[in-house]
This record gives sequence, C-alpha cells and structure tokens, in this order.
Amino acid sequence: MNVADSAPAMNNLIGSDADSQRTLYPYVTGTSVVGIKYKDGILLAADMGDYLACHDSGSYGSTLRYKTVERMKSVGKHSIIGASGEISDFQEIMRYLDELILYDNMWDDGNSFGPKEVHNYLTRVMYNRRNKFNPLWNSLVLGGVKNGQKYLGTVNMIGVHYEDNHVATGFGNHLSRPILRDEWHENLTFEEGVKLLEKCMRVLLYRDRSAVNKLQIAKITEEGVTISQPYSLKTFWNFAAFQNPTVGAEGSW
Amino acid sequence: MFRNQYDTDVTTWSPAGRLFQVEYAMEAVKQGSAAIGLRSKTHVVLACVNKASSELSSHQKKIFKVDDHIGVAIAGLTADGRVLSRYMRNECINYSYTYESPLPVGRLVVQLADKAQVCTQRSWKRPYGVGLLIGGLDESGAHLYYNCPSGNYFEYQAFAIGSRSQAAKTYLERKFETFVDSSRENLIKDALFALRETLQGEKLTSSNCTIAVLGIGEAFSTLDQETVQRLINEFEVVGEDPPAEASAAPDQSDGAEPGPAAAAAAAAADDDDQETPAADQGAAPMDI
Repeated sequence: MNVADSAPAMNNLIGSDADSQRTLYPYVTGTSVVGIKYKDGILLAADMGDYLACHDSGSYGSTLRYKTVERMKSVGKHSIIGASGEISDFQEIMRYLDELILYDNMWDDGNSFGPKEVHNYLTRVMYNRRNKFNPLWNSLVLGGVKNGQKYLGTVNMIGVHYEDNHVATGFGNHLSRPILRDEWHENLTFEEGVKLLEKCMRVLLYRDRSAVNKLQIAKITEEGVTISQPYSLKTFWNFAAFQNPTVGAEGSW
Repeated sequence: MFRNQYDTDVTTWSPAGRLFQVEYAMEAVKQGSAAIGLRSKTHVVLACVNKASSELSSHQKKIFKVDDHIGVAIAGLTADGRVLSRYMRNECINYSYTYESPLPVGRLVVQLADKAQVCTQRSWKRPYGVGLLIGGLDESGAHLYYNCPSGNYFEYQAFAIGSRSQAAKTYLERKFETFVDSSRENLIKDALFALRETLQGEKLTSSNCTIAVLGIGEAFSTLDQETVQRLINEFEVVGEDPPAEASAAPDQSDGAEPGPAAAAAAAAADDDDQETPAADQGAAPMDI
C-alpha cells in the first residue's frame, strides 16, 4: 500500500509540502559513541569527526567536513550525554535539555534531575517525534552518577531505550559491545576503563569508514564532569599483506 | 465575621486590604471535621475523624492516596477535595511517566497552591473550600504541608485543621519537638492522641477515625480497623500519659528494633505495597 497515493485523504501526514519541515535523512553526522560504567562513575568515548552527506535522491558519498565537533556534553550536575547522528538535531536536543535543567534549577528546592530522569525525558521526546514522523535523527548515550548510584542508558531516533553496564551507538553496537561483553567487569579502575574504551575505539577506527582518529574521553563521577582534550590512537598497518600489494598484478594500484 | 459590602465578589478588595470571599472559604475549612498530620524525619502520619451524616450512611472519605509517596487529608468541602486529589494524582502520574521518578512533594504543593491562587483572582471562579494536609517524600526526606484556599502553603512538623482542631493543636504544640526522631509506632500513637482531643470526650474507636501512614521505604497505606483498634486499646490501657513521653528512652531502641506490637504492624506494612489484605494486619486495599 503506497501511502503517498492516499495523499488527498492524509495530506497532513506525509505530503511533499510537509517534507521541507521534517528530517528525511541526516545531513551532518557523527559516528559511534561508546560508554561504560567503571568504579567511580561513567566513561564515554566519541571521535570528533562529522561527515557532510552528499545527496541526490540516492547516496553519493560524504566528506569529512568538520573535525572539531564535541559530541559529548554535560547535562546538569549529574549527567553527561553523547550523541551520534545528525548534529543539528543534537544541538536542538541540547536546547531542550538546557531548558529542562534551567527550570529544574529554578525550583531551588534541593531536588534535582538525575541521569535516570534525563534519560526518560529524552526517551519521551524521541518517541513522540518518531510518532509524528519527524524524528530527531540521533542515537544518544546518557550516563551519570547521583547519590552514589551509577546510571548508563541509551535511546535512539525511534525511541528504543535501555540501560546497561556498557552501551554504544551505531557501529559501536556491532564492533565494540562484543569486546565489552568479554572484557567489561564491575569496578574497573579509571585507567582500565580508558584502556578498554581505547580498544573499542581502535577497532572502530580500523573498520568504520566514518570514524576519524581524533577522539575525546568523557568522565563523570559524583564530583563532576571532565572531558579530555582530543587525542589520537596509535594504529598499526604494517601487515605483510599490505607490503608490495601489486606484486601479483603488475600495473594495478 | 459579619456581612459587608465588600464580600460579594472574590475580586473585590475591602478598604482594609482583605478579600472576604477568600476568608469565607477558609471558614468552610474550619467547619469540616478534623484532620491531623504529623511527621518525623522518615515518616508522615495523617489522621482524620470520620463523620457520617446519619447512622444509616457511610462516612465521607477524607484521606486520599495521591501516589506511593504522597497522601492527602482534607477538611472542608470534600467535593472540592476530591477534585484536587484527582489533579494531584494526575500530576504525579504524568511526572512519573516522563521522568520514571516520583514527583517531589514540595513541587506538587507549589503547583497546587498556584492553582488555588488562580481562583482568588478570577471574577468567574470561587476559591476551593477545602484545606489539604499533604504528606509526602522528596530527596530530603519526609514533609508535611498545609495548603489553604487562599493559595498559601506552609510546611509543618505537625498540624490540625477542621472543627475542634485547636484542641489537637494544643496537644501537638506540647509534643512536636519529639516528632522529628520519633518511631513510626509512636508517631501513629501521637496522631491518635491528638485526634482524641478533638472528640471532646466522645470515645475514640477505630470506627470513627481513619489513619494513614507513609514513609521512606514504605508506600502510602491506610491502616485497617483491627490495627487501629489495637493501637487505641494499647494507650487506653497505659493511661493518660502520651506514649512518646513514657518511652522517650526506648525511642532509640524503637528505631532499631520495635517492640512486639510494632514489629507486627511494621512487618505487615512492609509487604503491603500494592497487596490486598492478605488476612494479616497493616495493609488496607489500595483505593486506586
């Protein structure tokens, strides 16, 4: 059943006029975010590369256009958010969250939103937008610590949400989570946690074509949030199969 | 109070700067049957007198569960009270749905007060004729608030509203300093004592009062008749001395290991969360 054919009956839903008002496909996107719980709180990792899509009613490839985009931000005193997907939608989400935290602070009554509340609020927002066929084209990681309780969750553009000891978005789900399932354990130290995240990010760097070698690690504990300066991972390309690649086929490249 | 030429509209000030309609609404609260609230650091107890209009009828419901962590006792126009309880339940549910977290009672109280204020500033409305004693929890512990038809709200350690509430207030004023660290049992007993004061000689039995408790780790519940009668019998036997006075020292041990009677009530209350009365004391059927 082609929905577009019933346009006269449902012309408010998916007509071509309304298309200019909805996110149909993402335009400037960031790739995976990976998050883990560790002894003192939560660690998040994300790279800083954003690709600009080049569309002509099909895909045509993309360009690494922005290389200093911070895809992780703190939310209030107790939470941190990391986003992949459309960056302009992430900026919109940050406006919603900043407003939410502002009104929460204005009560000035000793109560404050923790990571669980923020995660659920975001889930409602994402799911409601999806139901209106106008999604915020993101996959989000939301982590934090409040009153000693660690929280780590994820929510994506269709409203699927869950919590776990380790979460990831996009390619991270396929490449990083298997590593984490094997090697994550309760009470990782900070150094162990960072090493584990770097291992995940390295695999993504090798295998995800939209990953770039410039990443940040964000840490949240009861004391607060720190986001590291960007840095690069060491990579190894000196495999025998890559030496003299044209030896068996002269003239190829 | 006497009739005067400034008391017809809620939006008319008197020359002395009073809104008589609002004050008349507060009179309506004073005419309702008594409701009492007390709180400790961890629990809130709400108690009220059940007045039935005749022997043939049932008594009016004056205590409402708003959420697991918030309950309200009303005095005055109970119909207005029901409507406001429904509003509060709605707010709690919406907040829980959005944030997966209980609405802090202090915020609910402010929303309610703002709602009441609107009715004092619209010519086509009238003030709510009900006073609400709201007990609930938030991040900093247990709280008791009183919401007025005027749109004011106050936080209390203990308070009483409704007819003959002054008698209860006198008792509470004497004892309130002990409430902060009081055990759950003693808090309930103090509530019963204060309630008895408002009956002015009439015998306090489990059929003419309702008691509800909530606390940290204990969802709101109304005590069933058996438990209430047992507690009443206990302090009637002990004599006129209010329980907290007699057990000021055991209050410390009360915190750790309550006496046998309290243990039964506490244990029963522990499994009461949403349960139906499973043949033992403590939990009454939840009313929503």
